[in-house]
Amino acid sequence: MLNEPIVTKRVELDDSHTLQRYLATGGYEGLKKALSMTREQVREEVTKASLLGRGGAGFPAGRKWSMLRQAPVSYLVVNGDESEPATFKDHLLVERDPHQLIEGTVIAAYALGVTQAFIFIRGEFALGIERLTAACNEAYGHNAVGKNIFGSDFSVDLVIHPGAGAYICGEETSLIESLEGNRGFPRIKPPFFPAVTGLYGEPTVVNNVETMSNLPWIVLNGGDAFAALGQGSSAGTRLFALSGRVKNPGWYELEMSKTTFRDLIYDKNLGGGIIGDKKIKAFIPGGVSAPWFFEEHLDLGLDQDAVAKAGSMLGSGSVVVMDETTCPVRASWRITRFFHRESCGQCTPCREGSGWLEKIMRRIEEGSGRPEDLDLLMDVCDSIAPGVTWPPQQTTICVLGPSIPSSIASAIRHCRDEFLEHITLGHCPYEKDHILTGAAR
Amino acid sequence: MKHNSDYIDKVLERNAPSAGGGFSEEGLKRAEALIALYPKKRSALIPLCHLAQGEHGWITEECIEEIAGLLGVSPAEVSGTASFYDMLHLEPVGQYVISVCTNIACMLAGAYELLEAAEEKLGIAAGQTDTDMRFTLEEAECLGACDTAPCLQVNSRFFGPMNSASFDKLITDLASGALAGVVPPHGVLSRVERVFALTAKDTDDAGAIDSKEAGQK
Repeated sequence: MLNEPIVTKRVELDDSHTLQRYLATGGYEGLKKALSMTREQVREEVTKASLLGRGGAGFPAGRKWSMLRQAPVSYLVVNGDESEPATFKDHLLVERDPHQLIEGTVIAAYALGVTQAFIFIRGEFALGIERLTAACNEAYGHNAVGKNIFGSDFSVDLVIHPGAGAYICGEETSLIESLEGNRGFPRIKPPFFPAVTGLYGEPTVVNNVETMSNLPWIVLNGGDAFAALGQGSSAGTRLFALSGRVKNPGWYELEMSKTTFRDLIYDKNLGGGIIGDKKIKAFIPGGVSAPWFFEEHLDLGLDQDAVAKAGSMLGSGSVVVMDETTCPVRASWRITRFFHRESCGQCTPCREGSGWLEKIMRRIEEGSGRPEDLDLLMDVCDSIAPGVTWPPQQTTICVLGPSIPSSIASAIRHCRDEFLEHITLGHCPYEKDHILTGAAR
Repeated sequence: MKHNSDYIDKVLERNAPSAGGGFSEEGLKRAEALIALYPKKRSALIPLCHLAQGEHGWITEECIEEIAGLLGVSPAEVSGTASFYDMLHLEPVGQYVISVCTNIACMLAGAYELLEAAEEKLGIAAGQTDTDMRFTLEEAECLGACDTAPCLQVNSRFFGPMNSASFDKLITDLASGALAGVVPPHGVLSRVERVFALTAKDTDDAGAIDSKEAGQK
C-alpha cells in the first residue's frame, strides 16, 4: 500500500539501532542538508509538509514552530512519554531507530535555533532508553550532536531524560513539570502553549517522537513530497498501532486518508480480520481517550478531519478492536479504571469523578447495578465534561478529565441494552464465571 | 550486551535488594555528572532516583537525604516527587518486579486470566512481595507493547505474548539465573551510560571520543 515507508524503513533490520546501519542506509544525510540551508528554509519545508503533530492533538508542527518566531526559543523537548493505552508506535521508533529520532531532533533544534534539547522517554521503555543512550553517545562521537555539528557553527546538547511511570506526563505542561523535577501536575492555562512559558519559565517547543522521526525524510525529499502523500491536512504517512481482537495486531505505516478502518482491520496484509472471523462490535479509532466507533464507521479513512467530523479523534493513531464477544461494560470499566489510577489528583471533577464512575461501572459489571445507574453515570460524566459532547468541554486543568467520559458515553449510548441486561440478569452475560481480579476484588 | 563502564558492571552484580544505605562513592560521582547535564539542578531529581534504585533496588531514606543535599532541596521534596511515580519505590521490593498489564488491549487478550495464573504461581496477590523478597507482582497500566498482548515486564524488560505456561517457564528461568543477561537487577534502567564528557559545553571533548568507545552494544 505504500511505496516507500518514511519512518519504518529500518525497523525490521536486526542492527537498525546502530550507527553503522544508520549511516549505511542514508542516515544523517537529512541533517547535513539541513545545515546547508538557513533555519528559515528548514522551517519552511516543515510548514509546506503540513506535518501534523503525531502525539495525539494533531497540531501542525510548522505552526507550532512559527508561534515562536518573535521570541528566541530556549529549549526543545521531545515527548517520548508514550502512555496512551494501546499506543506503541513511539516505543518502536525509539527502540528500533534511535538515530532517526536523534537526527530529527537535531534538525528541529537547528530550525529553532535551540542549543539545549531533551528527549523525555517513558521510564518503562528501558531497552529503548539503553539504545537511545548508546545512539546518543555514538552521535556525539560522529559529531552529529554536540559542538560545531558536521563542521558548521551550530552546536546543540542533547539529554536523554527518563520518565518514571505516570501517564499524565504525556501532557506537555506536566511533562515540563516532571522534567523540572516535580510531580507531574499539568499547569493551569493560559498560557496554552509552552511556547510562551515552558521549561524553567522560558519559551519551549514540545514535539512528539514520531513527529521528529519524520524530519530527516522531509528535509531530504522536501515538504512538497511529504504533502503529496495523504490528503488535505492529513499529509504524509502515519504509524498506526492495531490491537485487540484482530488476527494480526501490530504497527502499520500507512499513507494517511488513503486507507480506511475497514482496510486496516480486515485486509489480509494488515489486520487480517477478527479472531475466529467473529463480527465486530466496536473499535477505538485513536487511543482510549477517543469516543468509540462502530460498524457504520468502518469505511471512514484514516484521516484526522474525517474522524473528527464523525465525532471522535485519530489521536495517537492506535486502533483497538472489540468483537461480538467483548463485554462493553467490562471494556469501558477497564478504561475508566485506568483514568482513575492515572488522574493526577489536582482537579476535583477528575479525581473524584473517575473514582465514582469506576465504582459504578464495576458494580454493573459484577451484577449489582441499578437501572438508575446509567443516568447517574452520565450525570457524573457531565460534571467532568459538561454536555458530554465531542470535542468535549472541560471543568479541569487538562484534557485527562474530559477523556474519561469518552468510553462510558460511547458504551451507554450504543450498547444500552447490554448494560440493562447486566442489571436484569444480575451478572455479566458474556462471562458468567468471570472474576474481576486485581484491585477490583 | 556490552556495557560501557565498570560502574554498570558493579551494579549488575547486585543480586538482592539492599536493606538500606546511601549512594556508593562511584554512584555519587555519577550523580554529580548527571546533575551537570541540566541547566537547573533539580531537573536531575528523577534521574537520581533511578540511580538510587539501580544501586539498592529501591530508594532508601539515606539516598533521599543525599539527593536532597545534592540538589539543595528538602528530603520531603524528593520523596514528595518520587511518590507520584509508579516506577519509583520508596519501600523495598523483590529482586524481580513483575508488572502484568491488564489494560484494554491486554485484557482483550486474556490479561486478567494471566494475572490470576501469576498470583497462583507466586502465591501472592497483585501488589504484594513474597516472603523471601524474590518476586513482587504488580497489576500495570498499558506498557506500550499491545502487539504482544498480553504482555508483562520484569524489571522493565518486556515479555509477551504470555500465557500461564510461559509464565511458569519465565519464573523458572528467572529463579535459575538463565535470564540474567536480559533482566538486570530491579531499578537498573539503562545498562548503557551516557559518556559524560560529551557535551558542547566542553570545548575540547565534543567529537573527540571514538564512537567505538561510546557505549555501543
